[in-house]
Amino acid sequence: MENLKEHTEHSHSYGLYVMVWLALITLTGLTAVIAGINFGKLSVVVALVIAVIKSYLVLTEFMHLKSEPRAFKTFIFVALFFLLVSFTLLFSDYSFIIGK
Amino acid sequence: MSSAESTQAAVIAEPHIEEHAHRDDVRSRMGMWLFLFSELLLFGGLFLMYSVYRYMHQTDFSIASKEMNTFLGTLNTVILLTSSLTMALAINAMQRGKKGLSIFLQIFTILCGAAFMVNKFIEWSHEFAKGNYPGSAILASKPKGQILYFGLYYSMVGLHGIHVLVGMTIIAFMLVFTIRGKITPDNYVKLEAAGLYWHLVDIIWIFLFPLFYLIT
Repeated sequence: MENLKEHTEHSHSYGLYVMVWLALITLTGLTAVIAGINFGKLSVVVALVIAVIKSYLVLTEFMHLKSEPRAFKTFIFVALFFLLVSFTLLFSDYSFIIGK
Repeated sequence: MSSAESTQAAVIAEPHIEEHAHRDDVRSRMGMWLFLFSELLLFGGLFLMYSVYRYMHQTDFSIASKEMNTFLGTLNTVILLTSSLTMALAINAMQRGKKGLSIFLQIFTILCGAAFMVNKFIEWSHEFAKGNYPGSAILASKPKGQILYFGLYYSMVGLHGIHVLVGMTIIAFMLVFTIRGKITPDNYVKLEAAGLYWHLVDIIWIFLFPLFYLIT
């Protein structure tokens, strides 16, 4: 019974998936259009922000992270946090070397 | 006595199995997520390398990325996103007990992966014809930043391509399991794990696409 309940929590409607897909396609189009406009240094930031939004949609909706136990979310947060730490450390080190 | 014992054993064993089966699904998915973290670090390291080299050679990266076919890149993004949708729908269909629909959607997902690889083949053939391949004299005569761009392009997009092929193989196995009745509306965690892998491959492409095709 508990097993059954857990399964129903996972099933979204087909419509929701299609909506997420439409949002992903729209964001892809947006990235391509924005790349045509020259925002200078901001271009890469805009492209990455859109990529992060798209990944968030895939993670929460397609990969069902929304309905997973809290432990899963904590794991992913920790994994992404350490990836961010390595990027931050690398670039602080790199700009320090360049500064010299 | 022995019959009483066995009845008792059955009473104890039954809820145990049920509980075990329940816990297993969550654990299986968690195991898959742990594997995905190792994938995250694998690509994370490559993205780190990419970001430093791009920072060092900004104009060269921009010039080299102009060689890319943006149309095919965008088309491939749409193909992968669509395949992610059909994979999610294949799991949903299985949850609702629609085996035939799930089989159709799994086949569609594999075909999307194949279409992605065909486009990659066209793109790479085109680059090779232009002389933009590792070890070519034409590429070696270009500035260092552009050589680095193509080195990163082939290693990162190539590694991603291998992941697409692996994902297609895994889904093909799931298709066989579904047809043979090993994946059922009550037990579809294998299909879910395959889906998680496929979505991760999609997420990696979501980042690779703007970083290699759309540098202004």
